[in-house]
Amino acid sequence: MSEIIVLKRGLEVPVNGCADLRVSKSMTPATVAVQPDGIKGLLPRLLVKEGDRVLCGSPVIADKKNPEILLTAPVSGTVKEIVRGEKRKLLAVLIEADDKQQSVDFGAKDPNALSAEEIKRALMQSGLWPVLVQRPYGTLADPAAAPKAIFVSAFNTAPLAADTEFTLGTQVAMIQKGIDALSKLAPVHVSLNAKVKDSAFAKLSGCTLHRFQGKHPAGNVGVQISHISPIRKGETVWTLPMHGLAAIGKLFATGRYNVRRLVAITGPAAIEACYVATVPGTPIKDFAPFYGNTPELVRFISGDVLSGCNAGENGYLGWADDQLTFIHEGTDKELLGWIRPLRWNQFSTDRSYFSWLMPWRKYDMTTNLHGGPRPFLMNDAYYAKVLPMDIYPVFLAKACLAGDIDKMEKFGIYEVLPEDLATCEFVDPSKIYIQDIIAKGIDLMLKEMA
Amino acid sequence: MNKIFEKGGKLQWLHSTVDAFETFLHVPGTVTLKGTHVRDAIDLKRLLILVVIAAAPAALFGMWNVGYQHGLAMGQTGVHILEYFWFGFLKVLPLYMVSYVVGLAIEFASSQIRGEEVSEGYLVSGFFIPLIVPVDIPLWMLAVAVAFAVIFGKEVFGGTGMNIWNPALLTRAFLFFSYPNYMSGSECWIAFKKGETAVADAFTGATPLALDGPAQYGTGFWDLFIGTVPGSVGETSVIAILLGAILLIWTGIASWKIMCGSVLGALLVGWIGNAAGITDIPFYMQLLYGGFAFGTVFMATDPVTSCQTECGKWIFGILVGMLCITVRLFNPGYAEGMMLAILLCNTFAPLIDHCVTEIHISRRAKKFNAA
Repeated sequence: MSEIIVLKRGLEVPVNGCADLRVSKSMTPATVAVQPDGIKGLLPRLLVKEGDRVLCGSPVIADKKNPEILLTAPVSGTVKEIVRGEKRKLLAVLIEADDKQQSVDFGAKDPNALSAEEIKRALMQSGLWPVLVQRPYGTLADPAAAPKAIFVSAFNTAPLAADTEFTLGTQVAMIQKGIDALSKLAPVHVSLNAKVKDSAFAKLSGCTLHRFQGKHPAGNVGVQISHISPIRKGETVWTLPMHGLAAIGKLFATGRYNVRRLVAITGPAAIEACYVATVPGTPIKDFAPFYGNTPELVRFISGDVLSGCNAGENGYLGWADDQLTFIHEGTDKELLGWIRPLRWNQFSTDRSYFSWLMPWRKYDMTTNLHGGPRPFLMNDAYYAKVLPMDIYPVFLAKACLAGDIDKMEKFGIYEVLPEDLATCEFVDPSKIYIQDIIAKGIDLMLKEMA
Repeated sequence: MNKIFEKGGKLQWLHSTVDAFETFLHVPGTVTLKGTHVRDAIDLKRLLILVVIAAAPAALFGMWNVGYQHGLAMGQTGVHILEYFWFGFLKVLPLYMVSYVVGLAIEFASSQIRGEEVSEGYLVSGFFIPLIVPVDIPLWMLAVAVAFAVIFGKEVFGGTGMNIWNPALLTRAFLFFSYPNYMSGSECWIAFKKGETAVADAFTGATPLALDGPAQYGTGFWDLFIGTVPGSVGETSVIAILLGAILLIWTGIASWKIMCGSVLGALLVGWIGNAAGITDIPFYMQLLYGGFAFGTVFMATDPVTSCQTECGKWIFGILVGMLCITVRLFNPGYAEGMMLAILLCNTFAPLIDHCVTEIHISRRAKKFNAA
């Protein structure tokens, strides 16, 4: 076993509402959405029309640039509605599930006996290819690219994140199959949580295992890459979540597309914080028993509170997410709040509050901004203390703001995705949307480097 | 907020002002729009009010000292401590009023022009300005200097967070070069009522730095440490400033690296001055004279105008300390070097950061190539 890489900088955001380690129910949603929006770089082309019958694994959407890359239906049923937004932008394809739940049979195969091309084709055909995210820039992986490695983080340090030992610990055989398949494409690196003794994933073979210890974002694959093998200019790597690895394993083991996963229901506004088994694209409204009768006061986040997506009550569980967070909207005004000496119910990393006295405490956080937007005022170290990477976050953000490609390259734009700087955004007293700045910088790079 | 202050409303030109008062009164109910859905409870208002609280001991002591120095100069004895304080308070209050009214008016107007919320930056600058000017400075001069510093030192660059020089020090520099008669000499550091002149024999009449030759440095270590000497309102008491330094370092608002660097730099040049026989002042006394302590703790550590990088902060601090004492030792024309040292280092802070980040970048490149 490799040495433990200890990351000293980082931040545990103490939100209330951690999911109990039990599966509350197994859901079979009546309607499921296939959303192309969550996949960066996918130009969707619709392959079905309303009323079409689809099986689990039938193609629904294809990528315009790479027509072989497909998004497939996670359930069998009929196409109920095609949801479009402004300028006829394709938002979602709604599929009404039937009772039979039949799947397309792609044929069980032994990945060890297949060539790299055959594995790629199997992934694209089944609709599992989009679990691969290509770095730099975090886009849909390009099948023609030759990545130097594939990275997987076996744990998630984001606030209230699903415990992978619990959700996937029993599926090690499938994950091993997934690794067998992907290691044909590039060397696979899996990062384990050093804190977990007897990790179920420590037995994995055919990949390089690394062990990390630290606060969030130590579990972010981007942070891990920067400590294992930083991305240089011109290099690409692929990453995927652990549940994606399990889905790939299941594809080769059973020949079926199966993205059913355990999803953690978390957050201070969750009535019952627990796990449910469901598929991505499940409507948020189906989770109503978990958030109660006042949806107008709740924000529905697909993902975690730091970099999840605000799905809204009418939204759906995201394609790559295995967590839902319900938090209250913080629209209350607080009289002279900023100058009150104590404010026991607020969490702050700053020493001008007293949260540091009670490191065990969890807080019912809301979406309140706690201030107004200002220019960068505190210096780089204020942000760097929660970012365990060898980069200057403020300099990088300013380079992105200025659109200075040369500086962005130098300050490490290739190594980060917005989610990696989420903790910096959290602690920012100037209330700047740092993740948004980085995302725009990445878009600029994509445009200029294309 | 009332609709008439919103865009398109009749009183739209008051939007920033109303917003400023509203957000002063309560933390607004604004929610996060994108990115992280939850935020730390800290905001700039709280950070900056802490700086004001940290400077409060120096300010309160300074007010008492204004009265005390006046009493000494007038040969008064047996005056109650509160009377001294009240005298000083009445002297300093108009300075505060001018500083805040002029500075905030410009700040509010420029925020409105830019269509932004009013930033809290001037809360701190405005608190510092009366502490670093002579107490008897004519109010119109202060008003002109504040206007200059806020407009040309800050707003033209885009407001708080964008400025190159510390606005409070820029105010002082403006006064220093425009009205030198009021900023130096023997009597400017002590408050007088109209028509009064010093009567007491024992009165030395100048900040120790304004006198050349070691003989006049009669003021002892403890007088300087406690601060019962003439000088700008807030700068005399090292112990009061140290209290502020503890709070600033504890909360992490000000960088201890800059403070340590500055002290080390000053000690080094002071010691060289001793060793080379340039001055007889013991090198450690340099830390107590003039505005060194106040500048080190409150001015050099301004996060906007100092260096951003950790390594840069050491360099910045050491340069400030060294330059300050160098000016003191070699330039009899400017008795006090702290203001000029910090302003000069403010100018070079981006350059220092540039060098540090370039080294970082080339180190990263090497690491990447080795990997």
